[in-house]
Amino acid sequence: MKRFFLGCALLLASSLLWAQSGGELRFCLSAEPKTLNPLLVQDNQSETVSYLTGGVLVRVNRITQKAQPELATDWKLMDGGKRIRFKVRSGARFSDGTPFSSADVAYTMQQLMDPALHSAVGDAFRSGQGRIATRIISPTEIEIIFPAPVANLVNLFDTVPILSATSPLKEMAALGPFYIAEHKPGSYILLKRNTYYWKKDASGHQLPYLDAVRLEIEQNREIEALRFRRGEIHLINIVSPAVYDKFSTQDRSLVRDAGPSADTEQLWFNQMASAPLPAYKLAWFTSTNFRRAVSEAINREDLARIVFRGYARPAIGVISPANKFWFNDKLKPHPYDTASALRRLQQEGFHLDNGVLRDKGGNAVEFSIITNAGNTARENMATMIQQDLKKIGIKVSVATLDFPTIIERITQKFNYEACLLGGVNGDLDPNSQMNIWLSSAENHQWNPSQKTPATAWEAEIDTLMRAQASSGDEHKRKQYWDRVQEIAWEQEPFIYLVNKDALVAVASTVKNAQPTALRPQTFWNVEELEIK
Amino acid sequence: MKALRITAVVLLLAAALAALGASYIAPAGYEHQFREAPDASPSAQHPLGTDDLGRDRFARLLYGMRVSFFLAPLAAAVATALAALLGGLAGYFGGWIERCIMLLVDLFLCIPWLFLLITVRAVLPLNISPEASVVLTFTLLGLLGWAASARVICAGTRDMMKSEFVWLARATGFSGFKLVRLHLLPNLRGTLLAQFWISIPVFIIAEANLGVLGLGVSEPLPSLGSLLRELQHVVTLRPEPWQFVPLIVLIVVVSSFQTLLNKHEVRA
Repeated sequence: MKRFFLGCALLLASSLLWAQSGGELRFCLSAEPKTLNPLLVQDNQSETVSYLTGGVLVRVNRITQKAQPELATDWKLMDGGKRIRFKVRSGARFSDGTPFSSADVAYTMQQLMDPALHSAVGDAFRSGQGRIATRIISPTEIEIIFPAPVANLVNLFDTVPILSATSPLKEMAALGPFYIAEHKPGSYILLKRNTYYWKKDASGHQLPYLDAVRLEIEQNREIEALRFRRGEIHLINIVSPAVYDKFSTQDRSLVRDAGPSADTEQLWFNQMASAPLPAYKLAWFTSTNFRRAVSEAINREDLARIVFRGYARPAIGVISPANKFWFNDKLKPHPYDTASALRRLQQEGFHLDNGVLRDKGGNAVEFSIITNAGNTARENMATMIQQDLKKIGIKVSVATLDFPTIIERITQKFNYEACLLGGVNGDLDPNSQMNIWLSSAENHQWNPSQKTPATAWEAEIDTLMRAQASSGDEHKRKQYWDRVQEIAWEQEPFIYLVNKDALVAVASTVKNAQPTALRPQTFWNVEELEIK
Repeated sequence: MKALRITAVVLLLAAALAALGASYIAPAGYEHQFREAPDASPSAQHPLGTDDLGRDRFARLLYGMRVSFFLAPLAAAVATALAALLGGLAGYFGGWIERCIMLLVDLFLCIPWLFLLITVRAVLPLNISPEASVVLTFTLLGLLGWAASARVICAGTRDMMKSEFVWLARATGFSGFKLVRLHLLPNLRGTLLAQFWISIPVFIIAEANLGVLGLGVSEPLPSLGSLLRELQHVVTLRPEPWQFVPLIVLIVVVSSFQTLLNKHEVRA
């Protein structure tokens, strides 16, 4: 009888322990994921699903920002970044029980690089003409050979979920901590715990702790915040400074400031020679002194303090201090100095005439700034800049337009003068900025798709960007990228305004959360999260 | 009922006087940013506190009222004039002209005007002053908001064309412009006036809708619509009571217009 009671007690204790380690984590996606194929991911929502379900060879730790082993236990870069050899984990299985081997890695790379797939993830690996080859050395060892060196090669594998070559479920067989159990389009996606997941915690308990993750599709940020307050969801990846303040006055433990994010907010002038702008305005916008003067006349401290309620800091340049390795720490923010701004303008022949700034030809200096309607922070920044520039005699009109119109103006018609928008930097490596800094790039916003660089400094940036992209030596790449940051700081084709803090909300019932400034801010360590 | 109308007139007059005297009453300019005091609570210096950029909310309300209350009648006048012209032509001539104009009316009525305004706003020049933008916004509202009134005026004109006094006038040699000036317009005055009064609150609210979307009057000029944007996150941010004042003013003004309107409608 005693034994029976003892057995019952043990059973009860073990079931309680199990209950403690389970739970369903719930948070919102702002839209329906565009794809559930992990190789075709482009949007944030698809990326979230892929992050939670995909098993990758290496994972960039969101705190240390270093690559750490996942399905690959070891790797070796060879031929200056043209070849990489992975030693992969043995005994790992997909969510349907199919064994994992190096053949799956080879299959994934073939799929990824198939030109017919048009994978944006795969594009990052395309370093030169020719095909990417794979060589399976053994079931636990594989070599991938690229036609030319690929910069940041190891970290790129953080974005490549490995598919099964043999599973009947194809890309739906997951190697990550969860698999897709249910999908009701427009409503929710239910991810369930992958019982075959290979990872264990320090005490040998199989991860993830959570039983399930429910991704609710909710477009309205207001409702998302309300549901969080009601305890219906556990996480919000990005909260506005106003909501952050409101939540923290109610319960300080609900919100966290994860420090400066990698994202940027910037203003730029249209420098395209073919843009439908008067010649004298084009001359202002292409003048380095004019851009620097505008930059110096903007009070960034005020922008950070007022628009972002102190949860931002004056931006220094293209790279945020959140990007520990690639940030050039020799650079300092441009000072707020209207006297210096006026001196620079005088050097260019501008003069003040009854409080109105005029150029050499007597034209009053005035321009419009476009920004996206509905983004209160950007609208407020534009209004503050309007006030700041008035102090040096510049008249600014602020035009808030719907987003598609802005995109049409800045990418097709080029009928704008200045634009205020933000940049999202999901990838820390400078290689991800090639499509912005190369003068021939379409996203070289101030003067896109140039046949030959319009200025000497743009030519120098082109050379440096190509050099960093083709080098396997990280320190050399850092030198090149530091110089690009210096040129961008000196020339200011983009006038960087502030770096916002990554403000997140995490319910007090979520255990082990360690929010970071990098995406995905709140659930990057999802396998260690628990619901109390 | 009379007391209600008197109250409405008094409230509208008070609002109009406050808006007209904004330059004298307001404690600061509507665009002045008190950067050391953003989001301040009401005080002697700022009776309604300051907004998130540190601008005096009371000053912005007074100037916003000026913008919305004086330009909405302008838009209403444009819309009523267009409605009178097109509705009158349709009712006067009838036949295929009426059918064509009514087709145009139906087209304007079925177009989602908010999207149309957004599209039109997108193609306007960017480098216009806030003052020009406000006139442009209301003129656009007027140019796009005539269709419903045109239908009413068309029906009124058509009925009048069949009336005995018009037949008599025609029999005695009245036609064309003379008939319109001496018989039709004086008799349509009530209808036109009613349409004009109806349109004013409609355009105030239309501008408020655009303002809430950030597509109305350009910064830093305030309008009632742009002031209402502070209430956008009413559920999560739970605004302070004084932030509701622009909304209360809008409700009071529109209700006052409606109260007066009932009288005009009865007359029409």
